[in-house]
Amino acid sequence: MSNSKGRFGIHGGQYIPETLMNAVIELEEAYDHYKNDPEFQAELTQLFNDYAGRPSRLYYAEKMTKDLGGAKIYLKREDLNHTGAHKINNCLGQVLLAKKMGKTRVIAETGAGQHGVATATIAALMGMECEIFMGRVDTERQALNVYKMKLLGAKVHPVDSGTATLKDAVSETMREWTSRIEDTHYVLGSVMGPHPFPTIVRDFQAVISKEIKQQMLEKEGRLPDAVLACVGGGSNAIGSFYHFINDPGVELIGCEAAGRGIDTFETAATIATGKLGIFHGMKSYFCQNEYGQIAPVYSISAGLDYPGVGPEHAYLYDIKRAQYVAITDEEAVNAFEYLSRTEGIIPAIESSHAVAYALKKAPTMSKDQIMVITISGRGDKDCAAIARYRGEDISE
Amino acid sequence: MTQFTEHSVKEAFEKHKAFVAFVTCGDPDLETTKEVLRELVKNGVDLIELGIPFSDPTAEGVVIQEANNRALEGGVTTDSVFEMIREIRSELPIPMVFMTYANVVFSYGTDRFLKTAKEVGMNGIILPDVPFEEKEEFKTTCDSYGLDFISLIAPTSHDRIRMIAKEAEGFVYCVSSLGVTGVRSNITTDISSMVQLVKSENNIPVAVGFGISGPDSAKAMALQSDGIIIGSAIIRIIAKEGKNAPKAVGEFARSVREALNTI
Repeated sequence: MSNSKGRFGIHGGQYIPETLMNAVIELEEAYDHYKNDPEFQAELTQLFNDYAGRPSRLYYAEKMTKDLGGAKIYLKREDLNHTGAHKINNCLGQVLLAKKMGKTRVIAETGAGQHGVATATIAALMGMECEIFMGRVDTERQALNVYKMKLLGAKVHPVDSGTATLKDAVSETMREWTSRIEDTHYVLGSVMGPHPFPTIVRDFQAVISKEIKQQMLEKEGRLPDAVLACVGGGSNAIGSFYHFINDPGVELIGCEAAGRGIDTFETAATIATGKLGIFHGMKSYFCQNEYGQIAPVYSISAGLDYPGVGPEHAYLYDIKRAQYVAITDEEAVNAFEYLSRTEGIIPAIESSHAVAYALKKAPTMSKDQIMVITISGRGDKDCAAIARYRGEDISE
Repeated sequence: MTQFTEHSVKEAFEKHKAFVAFVTCGDPDLETTKEVLRELVKNGVDLIELGIPFSDPTAEGVVIQEANNRALEGGVTTDSVFEMIREIRSELPIPMVFMTYANVVFSYGTDRFLKTAKEVGMNGIILPDVPFEEKEEFKTTCDSYGLDFISLIAPTSHDRIRMIAKEAEGFVYCVSSLGVTGVRSNITTDISSMVQLVKSENNIPVAVGFGISGPDSAKAMALQSDGIIIGSAIIRIIAKEGKNAPKAVGEFARSVREALNTI
C-alpha cells in the first residue's frame, strides 16, 4: 500500500474512480495550503463566532445529574448553532475552502436533511450554486428540511436508487461529482469517503472538543471522565473526541443506531454488526452480507441510517481507544422524551442515542466523576416522527 | 469441467480493432447470460468483461445499476458466477476479464477470489473503484496468479496518464467522458491525445469505453484507438428482451463488428 494516502491504521484510503482522482488531489493540496493560512483561519473563526454562534454552550444538566444520581452531566449544546446542528461547522469550513479554490457550485448528500440545510445555508451566504441529493424515503420523513433547502435557494434531487436513503444519496452525489468536477465541490457531510474528506471534516468538527476542553477547565478545572456522542458516519463524535484522544483518562464512547436491535436485520449498528470492507471511497467497517453486498440498514434516525462508519472511528475501535455501543429506537425515543421533560431541551433523535447511553452509564459512575454528552442537533425536525412512533398523529 | 485453452487479454487486440463487450452476470438469470455470451462470441466480440453484480455500483449509470439490481434480486452470488464460468469457459475461445467493485473481491478474500478467477479461466480484472494509488493491494495478488490488472484513464487524468500507462497491463481502459457509464449522444473528449500519451509511455493497446451506443460511435472511437467497449447499449437490449435477449444481442454485436471491419 505504498502509494495509498489518508490511512488510519488499515482503514481509509482513496477507493474512487480515476475520474475523481485529480479532484481529490486538488482538494488535498488546497486544504494543506489553507489549513496553515492565518488569513483563512481568521476568516473561518469569525464565521464560526458571528454567523454560527460559536462557541456553543457547555451546560451543566443539574436536574438530570440529580435524577440519575451518578456522574455530573454536562451537555455540549451543538443544537444551539445556527441551523440547529453541528453540521454547520463542516459546511462553513468546506464551502469557504471551495470558494478559495475558485469553485462556484457545491453539491452534497443528506440523510435527515441537517447537512443539506447547512450546506444550502452557507451556499446562500457565500453566493454559490447548490444542489442536494436526498433519498426519496428521507425526503418524505423530513419534508420540512426539504422545504428549508428550497427556501435557501438549493435544488433538491430525490434519489430513488437502492434503498432510497443516505447511502444512496452519497452514491448519487459521487456520480454527480464525476460528471461535473471543474466548477463543483462535493461538500461531504461526515468523516467518511475518500481521503482527504475524513481528515478535513474531522478538523472542522474538532472545534467541538477544543471548546469542551477549554470550557471544562474553566468550569471544573479538570478534564471530563467520559465523552459521549452519537455515531452515524461519525462527524460530531470525532469532533467531540479529537482533542481528548491523547488524554487516556477520558473515556470516549460512540453511540450507534441499533434500530430494532442488533440481533435483527433492521439495524444500522456498523461496529456491532459490520465487518471490514471497501465502500464509498474508504476501507472501514460496513454492514454487508457474506458476498460484500452492502446491507439495507434501518434506524428511526435518518441521520444515523448509514451502513458504514468513518475510518478514524474504525481505527479508534481497533486500538481500543474508543468504545462503541448500540442503542435501539425504543431507547433513543425514551431518551428524546426524557431530556425534553427533565431539562427542557428537545434533542435530535440522532443525539438522543448518546443521551440514551448516558441514562445507563451515569448511574454507574461516582458523583465526583464528570460526563459530557454532545447534543449534536435540535429535535424539532423529529417531533412529528416521534409522535407517530408513539401512535399519535399530528400534522406539522 | 472441460479443459479450456489459455488466453491472454492482449490477444484480443492482435488481429483487428477489438470489440470488448460488457455483460452483468445473472441479468436476468445465469442461463440467459450463458446464451448471451455464446451469441457475443459467435458475432465477433474479441474480449468479454463479465460484471459481478454489486449492490451499490457508484461508477455506473442507471442502466447498469438496474441490471445489478435484477441480478441480485435473482439471487446471483460470486460463487454462482464462478460456477457458471466453470460450466461455459471451454465454449468461449476468447479472453475474459471480470469487472466488479473492490468490496466484492475483498469480502470474498482477495487471494481466494483471484485464485478462483484464475482456476475458472479468467484472464484479468477491472475494478473501477481502485485507482493507481490503491492498486498494489490487488495487483500483487493478480501478478502471482498471472491475471492482468486493467487500469483506467479518464478525461480528467491529464498528468496522471503517463504514470498509469507505465505500469498498465493487458490494455488501458480509456474512459471517454466525464460521469458514469451509459449511452451518450456525443463524445467530445480528445481521445487521440489521450491514446498518444499512453503510447508514448508504453506500447499497450488502448480501448475506449463509456457512452458508445452502436456501430457509428463504435467506429468513430475505434478510429482513434485500438478497440471499443460497449456495456450499457447491450444491457438495454437485455432489459427490454429479458430471456429472449440473446438473439437480439447477437444481431447488435454483428452490426458493431461489421462497422469495425470497415476500418
